[in-house]
Amino acid sequence: MKNLVTDYWLLATGYWLLTLPILAPLLQYFISGLTNGAVYALIALGFGIIYNATTIINFAQGEMVMLGALCAISIYHLIPSLPIAFLGGVIIVSLVGLLFERLALRPVQDPAPITLIIITVGGAVFIKGVAMLIWGKEAYPLPAFSGDAPLHLGPATILPQNLWVLGLTVVLVLALEAFFRRTLVGKAMRATAYNPRAARLVGIAAGRMVQLSFGLSAALGAGAGILIAPLTLGVYDMGTMLGLKGFSAAIIGGLGSLLGGVLGGLLLGLAESFTSGLISSGYRDAVAFLLLLVVLFLRPQGLVGGRQ
Amino acid sequence: MRFAGLLNRWVIFAIAVLALAAGLDNEYYFTLLNFIGIHTLLVVGLNLLLGYAGQISLGHAAFFGLGAYASGILTATYGVNPWLALLAGLAISGLAALLIGIPALKLRGYYLAMATLGFGIIVYIVLNEASHLTGGPSGLSGIPSLSLAGFPLNTARRLYLLIWLAVGVILALSANLVESRTGRALRALHDTEAAAESLGVDTARMKLKIFIWSALYASLAGSLYAHTLNFIAPASFGFMFSIKLVTMVVLGGMASIWGSLLGAGVLTVLPEVLTAFHDFEVIIFGAILMVVMIFLPRGLVRGLMDLREFRRYKREGGSLV
Amino acid sequence: MKKIGLTLFLAGLALALGCGSGSKSEPYLIGGIFSITGPASYLGEPERNSMEMVAEEINAKGGINGHPLKLVIYDDEGDVTKARLHAEKLLQKDKALAIIGPSITPASMTVLEVTQKAKMPLISCAAAAGITAPAKDRFWTFKTAQTDEMAVARIYQYCQKHGIAKVAILTVSSAFGVAGKVQLLAQAPKFGMEVVGQEVFADKDTDMTPQLTKLRGTPAQAVICWGVGPAPALVAKNMKQLGFTIPLIQSHGAASKKFIELAAEAGEGIIMPAGKLVIYTQLSDSDPQKAVCREYAEKYKAKFKVAESSFGGYAYDAERMLNQVLAKAGNDQAKIRAELEGTKNFVGVSGVFNMSPEDHNGLTPEAFVMVKIHNGEFTLID
Repeated sequence: MKNLVTDYWLLATGYWLLTLPILAPLLQYFISGLTNGAVYALIALGFGIIYNATTIINFAQGEMVMLGALCAISIYHLIPSLPIAFLGGVIIVSLVGLLFERLALRPVQDPAPITLIIITVGGAVFIKGVAMLIWGKEAYPLPAFSGDAPLHLGPATILPQNLWVLGLTVVLVLALEAFFRRTLVGKAMRATAYNPRAARLVGIAAGRMVQLSFGLSAALGAGAGILIAPLTLGVYDMGTMLGLKGFSAAIIGGLGSLLGGVLGGLLLGLAESFTSGLISSGYRDAVAFLLLLVVLFLRPQGLVGGRQ
Repeated sequence: MRFAGLLNRWVIFAIAVLALAAGLDNEYYFTLLNFIGIHTLLVVGLNLLLGYAGQISLGHAAFFGLGAYASGILTATYGVNPWLALLAGLAISGLAALLIGIPALKLRGYYLAMATLGFGIIVYIVLNEASHLTGGPSGLSGIPSLSLAGFPLNTARRLYLLIWLAVGVILALSANLVESRTGRALRALHDTEAAAESLGVDTARMKLKIFIWSALYASLAGSLYAHTLNFIAPASFGFMFSIKLVTMVVLGGMASIWGSLLGAGVLTVLPEVLTAFHDFEVIIFGAILMVVMIFLPRGLVRGLMDLREFRRYKREGGSLV
Repeated sequence: MKKIGLTLFLAGLALALGCGSGSKSEPYLIGGIFSITGPASYLGEPERNSMEMVAEEINAKGGINGHPLKLVIYDDEGDVTKARLHAEKLLQKDKALAIIGPSITPASMTVLEVTQKAKMPLISCAAAAGITAPAKDRFWTFKTAQTDEMAVARIYQYCQKHGIAKVAILTVSSAFGVAGKVQLLAQAPKFGMEVVGQEVFADKDTDMTPQLTKLRGTPAQAVICWGVGPAPALVAKNMKQLGFTIPLIQSHGAASKKFIELAAEAGEGIIMPAGKLVIYTQLSDSDPQKAVCREYAEKYKAKFKVAESSFGGYAYDAERMLNQVLAKAGNDQAKIRAELEGTKNFVGVSGVFNMSPEDHNGLTPEAFVMVKIHNGEFTLID
């Protein structure tokens, strides 16, 4: 009985505090940070999946986000149905991811990690250039999934699209978790990551697993891109910064760990938002990379300490 | 290396440089050659890092920028002697490289790539935002020209001589390093780190040294760049430029000193010669990175050499085992 | 190996230097440097198109006093180094009479160092007032784009008239945004304005809610946003999301149909200064700019199949002005400069130009009109 009363007073005080002019904005920063963070989390997961399967960093991951957004927008122009645009975008970009692995990475004679990293950087630049030729330098809108009317959460507002981003991120993370722990394919992928030789001995085709990881990451990236397109518009160069920040989020949280990717992403989003609101908006972009350096130097395995 | 052999190529180099200085009459060509020279300075350092230490820097534009802005700010805003400012730039870049390199190179893997990536972007943002110091995105103008013993280096031709003198010195230094015992150890390092360590080579220390040298070369290039344009803006020191530098290294050939010259030369001149190139520049850079790394990972020069060796073997009926 | 490398390098160099000609003959050779690709391509592409359009037209009529106009246009890709290189090339290799461009301020600042030293007339299409001031250091440099100084003056005039005294500013951290911020802060006291909050955002930023949330806590009566590209449209959408009740005033960088398209419903009621091209149909027939704007808009749309842009207008005005001057001055660069300086009452798309030795831009704040977005269209309000 006493606990209920204390809880009620705590809540009431909290709510009242939030309406104070100094503290009211904090909730808004929190919400903005969370939604941006969810996007970073999805991108970070993409990096993690490929890293787990191949121990390389795929710097083209950010471009998958951009391709997803622009493909969906183009599909929507032809067939004004959001679910079709979403599915179409994800499928096309997954194919691009598979193609990239097949054409740019498999034929490499001497697969030293440095070589592969440089190739993915080249791939990212190449894909961006192709996108510029196809879609031009303009920005394109995509309608929000369920309207634009903002919802009020006390002194803060959130858009329905933000909820879509958060919601689908949760769904995707849970799905990935289930995939890796429960399904045979997922377990095979994890086995390959832990010990490729042993995995091959028990009959798991490592090549297939690598292919799958690229397709899956591309799909995740595309999904992230389509989710945010109604909020951020689709432009040919949106992938670069997103990719780099998503990568930072992956390192911060712990490369290769599902939980790490999510945590890193959310942490980054919140850090950016609060830095912008409370310290300085000019240095907002630097936050991601500052945290990256701090983590690399103090705890290179990341917060959650994923596989190194 | 035989002394006669060494003398040979440096003589050719010096003659070529002086011949162009006397023979060309158009300031534009000197401007172009100056940029090739500056890019070569940047690429050689990166080349040493990549080819001999097996590490990549994805943010080398930052050291370029630090050198440029150190020179720029100290001379334009504070009236410091340009040569002292250049030294200050070297000190700053060297220190930065030390601070980043120590933690990043202690670990195995490509942490340096990630650290330099982050560092590069942070430097760019700071250059852009700290407008009271750097002039912000609109740039810093009024940077004075260099002068040598009262002789002002304010035309492209005069700068050409200075820049290519620097290029020659740096190439010679690098060739020396590469062919010395340290250099051979470095190449060993690149191939098998474990074996190199068992032979008593302190790999971490060596990698750090190379990284710092590459940062110093980049800083020198930056200072020269500032005094060539008399104007600098943050946009020239961003992520895309770092990628362009990597492309130049890759094209010319990792672990190839002259390859650096080739890579820098080709990728600086090509956009000027092919004006239709512009729309496709991004694609071409990306394609070069991918194609060269997939098929000729040792770059154009070595790749062609390897091809020649391969053909000779085939002709002589030998095997390539 | 070293020999191969060196040989290849020398061969490549010889090839590059071998390509290239350029000699001064009958045609009047005019250079152009624009940011056709890169982050400022929304400026450079229409500018290049407009310049070519004018040249084609005049050549179809037989050139200028019989001399055909030859254009050599380079793309600086928004890169300062490339702009400088192209200026040197136009000067040394192509031997141009004059240069139009560049599109952006940093490039203009470095190019003018080359052209001033070489005594070559330059007509820049970039915004900063510093391109033509101080006049004594810009003897050979002109510009046709309205300055940010004028845009800010117009905005503050409007605010004064409508009882807005406290403003919050949100500017992009690019040269354009920084220049705007400097002007907004510098001119505020003159108009009795108080800047009660200032935040910045990056060119590629997609979420400005933290900055806007902070500004909402200030006693601002209006928000002034200074940027170009998609970001200002996102600012409008963010403001709508956060439920702002105070008006949003944009810079002239948002005065394009693309902005209206991107901002969608959030665009309703936004006010900004714009060149008259944007609302020329609403001008009175007695306005000399109406005919010029109409001609430009119709010709551009017919030729390039896309909407005309005020940015292209800068190059359009520059080339037409130069042609007029060439007709009088021929290929004498000193005379060209003098004639440019003496241009009076030149009716352009960007305004009516009256150059003088102290003013190489020739425009006043009246080159801008205040427009408001209503029902997805720009309407003239001042």
